[in-house]
Amino acid sequence: MIDRRMSDAPRMSPLGTSALLFEAAGETTLETQRRIWALAAEAETWPEIEEAAPGLNNLLLSFRRPPMSLAALLQRLSQAWQSVLPLALPGRIVELPVTYGGEDGPHLADVVAHTGLSVDAIVALHSAPTYPVFALGSHPGYCYLGGMDARIATPRRKVPELNIPGGAVSIGGAQTGVSASAGPSGWNTIGRTSLTFFDVAASPPALLQPGDSIRFRVAKVIR
Amino acid sequence: MIEVLSATALATVQDLGRRGAFKWGVGWSGAMDRLALAAGNIMLANAQDAAGIEAQVFPFQVRFDRRCTFVVTGADCTARLDDTPVLPWWVHSAEAGQVLLLRRPQASSWPASRAYLCVAGGIDVPVVLGSRATQLRGAFGGHQGRALRQGDRLPIGAPLRAGAAVDFGIMPPALAMPQTLAGQPAIRAMPAAEYERFTPQSRDAFWASPWKITPQADRYGYRFSGPTLTPIAPMELRSHGIVPGVIQVPHGGQPIVQMRDAQPHGGYPKIATVIDADLWRLGQAPIGSRVRFVETTWDAAVAALAEVDAWLVGVSRAVDLQQERDRAR
Repeated sequence: MIDRRMSDAPRMSPLGTSALLFEAAGETTLETQRRIWALAAEAETWPEIEEAAPGLNNLLLSFRRPPMSLAALLQRLSQAWQSVLPLALPGRIVELPVTYGGEDGPHLADVVAHTGLSVDAIVALHSAPTYPVFALGSHPGYCYLGGMDARIATPRRKVPELNIPGGAVSIGGAQTGVSASAGPSGWNTIGRTSLTFFDVAASPPALLQPGDSIRFRVAKVIR
Repeated sequence: MIEVLSATALATVQDLGRRGAFKWGVGWSGAMDRLALAAGNIMLANAQDAAGIEAQVFPFQVRFDRRCTFVVTGADCTARLDDTPVLPWWVHSAEAGQVLLLRRPQASSWPASRAYLCVAGGIDVPVVLGSRATQLRGAFGGHQGRALRQGDRLPIGAPLRAGAAVDFGIMPPALAMPQTLAGQPAIRAMPAAEYERFTPQSRDAFWASPWKITPQADRYGYRFSGPTLTPIAPMELRSHGIVPGVIQVPHGGQPIVQMRDAQPHGGYPKIATVIDADLWRLGQAPIGSRVRFVETTWDAAVAALAEVDAWLVGVSRAVDLQQERDRAR
């Protein structure tokens, strides 16, 4: 049996004096992600921590004031990581109608070219899973999703697009996601949905949280 | 109200930034030179985190539509209030209808690229998610979530202290706390997670070379040019949280420093992070200029932050003294 402490040793590194990055070992799985959420919930109760923001298999801790002793914080964090139990956050399943291809999915052809699959096969594989929201980041309301079928993985674009509209459904490497507002992106846009993911007047302002899930419903396929 | 008269200003309303919203994908934003904004506010008896206008394209011109007290901090823009010269880092009064003009920063005073117009009472735009800073990507905060345009009218808040001191100044931090190496601004940085995964030559070159700020430098990030930084082996990282100051090295080997409007997640290898105490220095470094990165440690970086705080406390004391002198008169 593998010693959990050895195989599970996280990496921790300060980002200047503003924040600390905690990176778990191993693959990005829902199980590890649930432990990241649990660690975030615990660390946010510590007085020096301003915020604990999950990433993919990792956690960013920002400081109100940098702790005088970094070593003490690292030790406390390591101990907490070994003791936390996966936090199965209760969540909703949000269904998003997607128009695949055409003007709304200008890079669907590139996914076809890379994977050798047909448009219909790609759409079927992309719309089949229920994708758990692993973390929010990149821009306000943007969700990092887990669980995309590896068969439709397509590398990020060599030259990023400067202005992809909000609601763009895209594939970047082994990940898929939906942009929440217009901006630059290096991912392959395969379709579009129309939903407001971020509203500063709402509480919380982001529509989706870790623990929620997304299903893509095929509204239309433009070949 | 303050009315913006300049056509393409690229100026924004900023405070000290929006904290605690990373978990929703919202970055910090806030003043590129936080010392200039905080000191300007202290000089006007505002809260340190009151909002001001950050100007970065000049000339920049505004009209005051009521009497108010103001200070221009950051760069020396040889400003004028109508026909009267306005000293930087000096508290002035404006009458209703007067026009303030900020011109191209004077490098002969101290090299800087951004100026802050602070007014007594602060720029009173709504607080959104805990801050008045402009969030450009999210299109919220600041004035209508965007850069200022000609004709925009910005509300001024009620001053906290009536009869606050005017007609006094302080020495800018660029002169009070100079920090250079071989005649170039020295920016302290701490090695980051992937530092050891760059070749020894690249690590040495990172600290030993002057780095030129390319024209691709804005509130989102600064791209530098200098020697090519090469990883020992290619790296694929998972998306993770990053903060302003993080120095990423994309495939081309030329570093990019994340600045205040940077997105809060990244995936490129991180060679180092500019320390919080020095980020304002980089926020003022002009395009085309060269800076040096100087290696530092956690303990030294925490001490450096305490020095910056002590400087701001010193500004507070100077303002209080001035206030007492005014009363005694």
